[in-house]
Amino acid sequence: MAKSIREAYGDALLACGRENPDIVVLDADVSGSTKSSTFKKEFPDRFFNVGIAEANMTAMAAGFASVGKIPFANTFAAFISTLGLLPARAFGSYSKLPVKLMGAYGGLSDAFDGPSHHSVEDIAIMRSLPNFKVYVASDAAQTHWLVRHAVEDHAPMYVRLSRDVFPDLYAPGESFLDGKGRVVREGRDITVIACGILTGFAAEAADDLAKEGLSVRVVDMFCIKPLDTELILACAAETGAIVTAEEHSVIGGLGGAVCEALGEAGAGVPVGRVGLSDRHAECGPYKKLLAKYGLDKQAVISAVRATLARKI
Amino acid sequence: MQITAQEREKLEALCKKFRRKLIDVLHAKQTGHPGGSLSVCEILVSLYFHQARLNPKDPRDPARDRIVLSKGHAAPMLYLALAEKGFFPYEEIDTLRDFETRLQGHPSTKDTPGVELSTGPLGLGLSASVGMALGLRLDGSGARVFTILGDGELNEGTVWEGAMSAVKFKADNLTAILDWNGVQLDGTTADIMPTGDIGAKFAAFGWNCIPCDGHDLSALCAAYDEAASVKGVPSIILARTVKGKGVSFMEGKNTWHGSPIGDADYQTAIAELA
Repeated sequence: MAKSIREAYGDALLACGRENPDIVVLDADVSGSTKSSTFKKEFPDRFFNVGIAEANMTAMAAGFASVGKIPFANTFAAFISTLGLLPARAFGSYSKLPVKLMGAYGGLSDAFDGPSHHSVEDIAIMRSLPNFKVYVASDAAQTHWLVRHAVEDHAPMYVRLSRDVFPDLYAPGESFLDGKGRVVREGRDITVIACGILTGFAAEAADDLAKEGLSVRVVDMFCIKPLDTELILACAAETGAIVTAEEHSVIGGLGGAVCEALGEAGAGVPVGRVGLSDRHAECGPYKKLLAKYGLDKQAVISAVRATLARKI
Repeated sequence: MQITAQEREKLEALCKKFRRKLIDVLHAKQTGHPGGSLSVCEILVSLYFHQARLNPKDPRDPARDRIVLSKGHAAPMLYLALAEKGFFPYEEIDTLRDFETRLQGHPSTKDTPGVELSTGPLGLGLSASVGMALGLRLDGSGARVFTILGDGELNEGTVWEGAMSAVKFKADNLTAILDWNGVQLDGTTADIMPTGDIGAKFAAFGWNCIPCDGHDLSALCAAYDEAASVKGVPSIILARTVKGKGVSFMEGKNTWHGSPIGDADYQTAIAELA
């Protein structure tokens, strides 16, 4: 059984913390959930639990960044992208202070806590901030790379994580290029551009559809901003149809970003978007929620068929 | 260190110079915030020209003290202090709020040398300052962080989140200064959102509170020393001030929070500040 994204994150943060004494970690009373507690155990002097005060945490992170520290601020994605937004905007976006805002429990992964704790709009919110880079972890190995990248890249960042286990896509130690999507399945008929848990589901969908003779390309677009427009346009030109897939509202997230890129280029290919259709979910078992709200392998397969039918 | 009569005279002369230039510029530009700039004048002058260890030749010198103007709308007075200190040419004050200026409407670190934190949205400066203070402490730095808050700003809940954090983490290298002028944009603080006994509130949060006349340069300088002498907790200097201080018709008036200065008022103000 693979590690959950949050466990992979906790391990990665600790590993980076051992190498770089400038890393400081903040949490808003959910360190047991976010797994920033892993760092705390070894480096209590560089760990700051600010209590249930997300705006304060994000502003404090900016203060740390202004004196040369690399601050990782941790709480649920739903809260850091809302309560943390004003300081993220004032200090990260406007002043380019390199705050690393880590959105734990992304999407519906905090399943039983319900929509109050799900995050279905965080990507849209954070993507709109000038100067912010935005990432969505698509598997455990990639989570390690993302943490390392956050340490090395001197930019304000938002990284969406998850409570749950994702299908493995990459070998441990895999590295990536910033701003470059990764083709995880080659294909000719259509491209699924995905992020997060949907990347693994899309790969599984492609494998199933291959048995029917359909050739489905799958792109892991873990880097939402800067967006790999070049790859998106190449996929549109080469496969003639696009499906986006994300554990997020279809408004403003990866689907929105891909449509912006295609529209601006006049690519003119049919697009289907897998995501929450402008609604909130409910509480319940994670996998059941993903199925009911159209965020699983089956949803990708349906979207691929529907979009292919529109392909000229 | 107690200031000498001679130094006090020097600082008073700076305050006078800054007040006149402030009125000049805000009149010329027909935009900007006079009331809160005039009330914070002595606080900024005592910090920049007596207390803080700064290095205008190397604005990013790691050993420098940090001055954070959390009430960012008093930017014009901050810019006057920074220019006089040598962070940029004094004449540049005349570009305040202009198109493509380095002197933005509210302080911006990426634009203006010497600005330590981009402020404007109220309520964030104290929390950021706690992060600064703790980061400096991790490095074993002896630098101090001075953070200037407005009393209207205390309406923001994040101020109190920051206040709790500063005490929890024992940020005794952090000194907050409250520009307690009693007036905010829409009216007096008593009318808009009564702040009550601010000293009792900060004391209850665990802060060392130092009451002070915010227009008395000697008292302010003594307060910075007292704050430094208290270990284990952060200090706040409760500086009683007058909004619009120095221009009689602006004093205590919320209407002068951010109003343009007309020609007749300008003449009266300049005459008073002569």
